[in-house]
Amino acid sequence: MRALLKPLLTICLFAPFAAYAKTGDVTTFTLNNGLEAVVIEDHRAPVVTHMVWYRVGAADEKLGKSGIAHFLEHLLFKGTDKMEAGEFSQIIAANGGSENAFTSRDYTGYYQRIAADRLPLMMQLEADRMQGLKLTEEEVLPERDVVIEERNSRTESNPGALFSEHRNALMYDNHPYGIPIIGWMHEIKNLSREDALEFYKTYYAPNNAILVVAGDVDPEQVKSLAQTHYGSLIPSDTIPERVRPSDPPNRAAVHTVFEDPRVRQPYVIRTYAAPQRKAGDQKQAAALVLFAELLGGSGVTSFMGQRMQLEQKISLNQAAFYDGVSLDPTSFGIYAVPAPGVGLTKLEAEMDATLAAFLETGVDADHLARLKTQVSASEIYALDDQSGTARRYGEALTSGLTIKDVQDWPSILQSVTAEDIMAAANAVFDIKSSVTGWLVSDKESAK
Amino acid sequence: MIRFIALVSTVILIAVPGFAEVKIQEVTSPKGIKAWLVNEPSIPILAFDFIFKGGASLDSDEKQGATYLMTGLLEEGTGDMDAADFSRATESLAARFGFDATRDSVNLSAEVLKSNAPEALALFGKAITAPAFNQVAVDRVKNQVISGLKSDETDPSAIASKALREQMFPDHPYARGVEGTIETITALTTDDLRAAHQAALALDRAFIGVVGDVTAEELGPMLDALLGDLPTVGPPLPARKAFSATGGITVIDHDSPQSQALWAQKGIERDDPDFFAMYVMNRVLGAGGFTSRLTEEVREKRGLTYGVYSYLASAEFGDYIGGSVASGNETIAQAIDLIQSEWQRIVDDGVTDAELDAAKTYLTGAYPLRFDGNSQIAGILSGMQWQNLGIDYIATRNDQVNAVTREDVARVTKKFLDPDGLRFVVVGKPVGLDSTK
Repeated sequence: MRALLKPLLTICLFAPFAAYAKTGDVTTFTLNNGLEAVVIEDHRAPVVTHMVWYRVGAADEKLGKSGIAHFLEHLLFKGTDKMEAGEFSQIIAANGGSENAFTSRDYTGYYQRIAADRLPLMMQLEADRMQGLKLTEEEVLPERDVVIEERNSRTESNPGALFSEHRNALMYDNHPYGIPIIGWMHEIKNLSREDALEFYKTYYAPNNAILVVAGDVDPEQVKSLAQTHYGSLIPSDTIPERVRPSDPPNRAAVHTVFEDPRVRQPYVIRTYAAPQRKAGDQKQAAALVLFAELLGGSGVTSFMGQRMQLEQKISLNQAAFYDGVSLDPTSFGIYAVPAPGVGLTKLEAEMDATLAAFLETGVDADHLARLKTQVSASEIYALDDQSGTARRYGEALTSGLTIKDVQDWPSILQSVTAEDIMAAANAVFDIKSSVTGWLVSDKESAK
Repeated sequence: MIRFIALVSTVILIAVPGFAEVKIQEVTSPKGIKAWLVNEPSIPILAFDFIFKGGASLDSDEKQGATYLMTGLLEEGTGDMDAADFSRATESLAARFGFDATRDSVNLSAEVLKSNAPEALALFGKAITAPAFNQVAVDRVKNQVISGLKSDETDPSAIASKALREQMFPDHPYARGVEGTIETITALTTDDLRAAHQAALALDRAFIGVVGDVTAEELGPMLDALLGDLPTVGPPLPARKAFSATGGITVIDHDSPQSQALWAQKGIERDDPDFFAMYVMNRVLGAGGFTSRLTEEVREKRGLTYGVYSYLASAEFGDYIGGSVASGNETIAQAIDLIQSEWQRIVDDGVTDAELDAAKTYLTGAYPLRFDGNSQIAGILSGMQWQNLGIDYIATRNDQVNAVTREDVARVTKKFLDPDGLRFVVVGKPVGLDSTK
């Protein structure tokens, strides 16, 4: 439902490689007011995905106002000067459309999927709420309760989610990535209508937005429609530069034990500070993507899977994960779930031994070749995934990357060598930059 | 001597406004395996979707979880390939295979590149027809399943779901979890898995949808190679079970700041002539995302929950109408009260013309959006066959939605909805709620 937070721990075999329509099917333009647009053509069905992405996310919030980006995302479904509260969703539904919105660390996005001939209406509605939001206390307060219940459902009821928040706070000493996207409960409870409006007025403007339209559309027509509906919006000259507080040097490894009596399956997880994909400079991130797959992609063919799960039989499940799409430096992670009877002390020691063994052994050339085959194939599979392609452009463009970076990504992945991977691996495995956590029901029994 | 490659018995051209052309061909393979095919040559990939009716409901009480475990093991080795060999071969071909079991079915899927489709499908076929069930893999996957079952012990939704299904369908496979129990999983043998494989993947229960760059003539032999070695006839299916829960509230104590509630009442069969009227009704009542009555009353007006919804569960061996809501321990009683009131109000007053029109335009407009990829369409084709909907269903489905009148809704709510028969299971520390009988 509205407000799908991006999971903090995303493990998806195909996601790192995917995906983009072939360059020829993607066109771009920028309106005079600064709105950037990407059009992805797919004429197989008369359907369109219409998305507006803002270059603002939870990591842009003021201290003490955690959760305001996500709360505002909820409130965008209330009224405007022209629309009653809830009317937006009613109009979409009455036109047979599906819609939703999402907030992440670096972006906030809104989308509809609908019959292609309704595109002008979608633009009209989305443009209206870009600058015309109207909020009353009567609407804001119940919606804040909704967000509190959302936090209860997603986080408070789930020890794994609480643990993830705790580790994340330890991971980023000074950078706001350490603050949960949904916000800390005690701060959510104090968010006000004024907080929401201030955030809205600061960040919601055409020159801070990216329009992505994918589907059965003609790029020239999209441009002309965008001019009609979005063209008159007024750009802001006060959008803050996206410079977040950065982290000091990492001087000591952190180890934490999170106890919750609801935990039935303990595990150990570690994240290391890692670079992100940077505009014009994606090679190291590409090497880390392939490294994560080699080390802990597949449960049975990866290095960790082979050694820990199949040979030593000490883990039920284990993986490495890395997502390089991030405005600021991010993290590279590994985790292992113990087989019955295996304590976390032993499991963590063996996880360390496995990492050391990888660095010793080096890249399995056959495995790397298979991964590159999958990279090539993902370009073909992506042609069958219109909204996924749209999402990837929006995510990249709000995370400091350019259209060229998105389109260059597959060839950069293909160009990564075993040496590149080993260099990236050696650089990322700095124990002083890491946070290791145990999730347990009680510390003693999990050792 | 093969006299024909494939028999194309029906070709139907769908031309509904808002749809891409969906041209379904019914293909019968030389060995007699039937499938529905949409030829889609614009992208060089093929998507297959297989539904085998029965699923976890075929397990005996003692062997519950066998079908689920068996399905999970299909990707863990075949013939002389172990799990890693199979996985490496899949990676080399960049094929995407799916293996899943539900209480009603085993669902298998394959997305493969046209360029290596024969090799990829041969590999998939080996996995389906000749699983190895290596003991080492069996033990490993068992432990993974057991780990998930342990985690369910403290998961509010899993706790509620277990209690509710035991009340709804006692002494029936539907009372059980698909994954089995820690005790039954632990006791399963390789022989049990082989038996489950033969029982669950029988060709007389298979429904197949295919979309992609393949012709009917090419598809027939492919299907024979893929599935020809499976048993032709499956064992008897369980009988249908009447909904058995009574109205009331069951509270299960669980330490959490929020209470999770699930509810259910007797259902409607999928092939009941009133199904579409109920389907449209439920769009107004609770299925409607941000525009349903339940969302309006419980979430939008009062902020009591992040999500509340109701649904029609019309399944192979039993039916119910269910719903879900989570709310703070202090507010869950109020949320349940509102849900009961809305259940009663739609019985008493029906729906307005505006609500009915909005529901219809949404449902008819949203239907084409489901056809948004080869594998999605393949899944629709197999699902249509399973539900016996007829090859022209895509063309007529929206007409059936549009035919529903206010009078129909008024009649079916009185016939099927049962406000006093709602059973709520509440997991948490709800204030002001006690279990009733």
